[in-house]
Amino acid sequence: MKKTVFFGALAATTLVAGLAGAATLDDVKARGELICGSNTGLTGFGAPDASGNWAGFDVDLCRAIAAVVLGDATKVKFVPTTGETRFTALQSGEVDVLVRNSTWTYSRDSELALDFVAVNYYDGQGFMVKKDLGVSSAKELDGATVCIQTGTTTELNLADFFKQNNISYQPVTVADDSEAQRQYLAGACDAYTTDASGLAASRATMPDAENHIILPEIISKEPLGPVVRHGDSQWGDVVRWTFYAMLIAEEKGVTSANVEEVLASTTDEEVKRLLGASGDMGAKMGLDNDAFKRAIAAVGNYGEVFSRNIGEGTTINLARGLNALWTQGGLQYAPPLR
Amino acid sequence: MAMATDVPKDSFRLSMLIYDTRYRSYTIQIVVLVLFAMAVAWLLNNTAQNLAARGKEFDFTFLWQRAGYDIGQQLIPYTNDSNHFRALLVGLLNTLAVAFWGCIFATILGVTIGVLRLSRNWLIGRLMTVYVELFRNIPLLLWILLTYVILSETTPQPRDFRVTDEMAAAGEAPAASMMIFDTVAVTNRGTNIPAPLFERGLGTLDLGFMSLNLTFWAILAVVVGSIWANRRLLAAARAQQEATGDRPVTWWKSILILFAPVIVMLVAMGFHLEIPELRGFNFAGGILVAHSFTALTVALSLYTAAFIAEIVRAGILAISRGQSEAAFALGLRPNRTMNLIILPQALRVIIPPLISQYLNLTKNTSLGIAVSYLDLRGTLGGITLNQTGRELECMLLMMLIYLTISLIISAVMNMYNKSVQLKAR
Repeated sequence: MKKTVFFGALAATTLVAGLAGAATLDDVKARGELICGSNTGLTGFGAPDASGNWAGFDVDLCRAIAAVVLGDATKVKFVPTTGETRFTALQSGEVDVLVRNSTWTYSRDSELALDFVAVNYYDGQGFMVKKDLGVSSAKELDGATVCIQTGTTTELNLADFFKQNNISYQPVTVADDSEAQRQYLAGACDAYTTDASGLAASRATMPDAENHIILPEIISKEPLGPVVRHGDSQWGDVVRWTFYAMLIAEEKGVTSANVEEVLASTTDEEVKRLLGASGDMGAKMGLDNDAFKRAIAAVGNYGEVFSRNIGEGTTINLARGLNALWTQGGLQYAPPLR
Repeated sequence: MAMATDVPKDSFRLSMLIYDTRYRSYTIQIVVLVLFAMAVAWLLNNTAQNLAARGKEFDFTFLWQRAGYDIGQQLIPYTNDSNHFRALLVGLLNTLAVAFWGCIFATILGVTIGVLRLSRNWLIGRLMTVYVELFRNIPLLLWILLTYVILSETTPQPRDFRVTDEMAAAGEAPAASMMIFDTVAVTNRGTNIPAPLFERGLGTLDLGFMSLNLTFWAILAVVVGSIWANRRLLAAARAQQEATGDRPVTWWKSILILFAPVIVMLVAMGFHLEIPELRGFNFAGGILVAHSFTALTVALSLYTAAFIAEIVRAGILAISRGQSEAAFALGLRPNRTMNLIILPQALRVIIPPLISQYLNLTKNTSLGIAVSYLDLRGTLGGITLNQTGRELECMLLMMLIYLTISLIISAVMNMYNKSVQLKAR
């Protein structure tokens, strides 16, 4: 027994040691499959659908990366991670990239030795309460019991917000979103707090969605984005530019439906570079020249992914808001592809 | 005449290390030891290298940084301005609280069930068998979740206790009301019980790294002193009984010694109860015993009691029937036989496996996170680990703490075991 455990630990350590130093891009290519750290289930962002296929806003970015690197958007294995396990899963090499509503913060960037390569959703922390509680502002929550997910930045924001406003609360620290929803719906907490997008996604799955309101206060900045391990810049570049390619595609009006058409008719040099018709953009990063074209053809541009998964008209029903392109008053802005 | 012949002394040859049975076992042990040491060294080296590769150093200074998060259930004062070490202590005390009450309840319940399972009453015996098989064959986590869900889904929300003006005018009663002379309120969040307060408390003594609640310790000292004095009184009475045959009347002296000092002290310090009342979203005042604590303690007690019951049953069955037959022959009734003859002997068999059950219960408290109970695993191994990113340090520290708790429980129980063992004189 003791011996088995010992050799198990030995093998595990060797595995980790082997992975830590290697170039992720080569690993993914050699494996023929991208391993993507995903949410355990947040409708609209990353959750398996009725037939077990993963779908969502974050999931589509993983699929785009797979299309860029491997040429096939279906070659992705999704590993569900909780708020607590996600960064360890990434650091230990269990996943290649983490796209899981993770907030970019100073200490995660420095202390945890992670790289946040882009921001695919600008979010902020909000509160959801039941309508019949009669509360219209988060500042009226004095003495309330608040459900909160452990292992997230929201714990710290919550403490700061209540302290700043000199009001008290009773925290109920829960392990994941589904348990938080259960406690909130059972009335074990008066309010549920997490990123506003997460609240909208949770509300969409509730049977009586119209009886819950999201309070107007946004108490923090939560830039959510894909994360890679520190020290593998090449892989970071691939993930970053896959995302930017989707942004540029939206800016230039390239969609999954018209990508071939645009490629044939365009006179725009940046579009040509994006789709691999001129220059050697893909090759510069160790990829095929039409890598980004494949991603756009497979999952669409940023706007398509947004409106398909979480945009107005879906059950989540989020406005573009800060996530509109910079040309439309939002914050989503890609550096030039040249 | 016999000749003493010397056994020819072979000089030592290297091959004897393998072929000579006198040396072979040493050879094998030394080789295995060296291999083991090398493997440990390799693992440590590997860890250090990997940490270095990630740019992480091994240090514990994060414990003195501001924690920044709040904890729902706390036995010592804690705010989000306290440091991570304070959060660790809060979690540790939460762990110990569950372990302490869990061990007590599990023992009481387990001994009762174990004895009852041997009952001659068919129904009681079978019911206890059902209990034991039901609880020990379903995973503990499910029991914890079930208890918690029952507590939080079947109890009223705090606002159900509210009496609005219209309801008062219409003479309607609220949907829920408080219990035990309106002092205890059970909501779907927890049980609000009255809190003891002192108008003229002794304050706290600040020792720098921690502060002592003098009122609490003073009361504890008086209670312990009273119990000690009472024992002296009883010992004196027994001595007199043995010397003269007459036992002096002690009951009123005992009551006086046990209760008078505490009551005088409580009155002197202005003791009163703070009754919880509904204010805003929740009950304010009093003490909130969260359902997470109740659920965890209840489920752990019920689960561990099933195992303790089996241990007790085994211990009782290990005592030969002759013992109880002899007791019956002397005219002792069954429950006196059990208390005076069987259990004291069975304890010798019961205690060693009972220690394991206490250790199990203590370690199983780490399942508390499933019901949002912030024990050591929830604070140090959960939020602190996540917010600081010091996995290795937090995990090692946590293992060390659990190890220490377990060893202390073991040591105490082993001491008790020694005291009930057969004394060979």
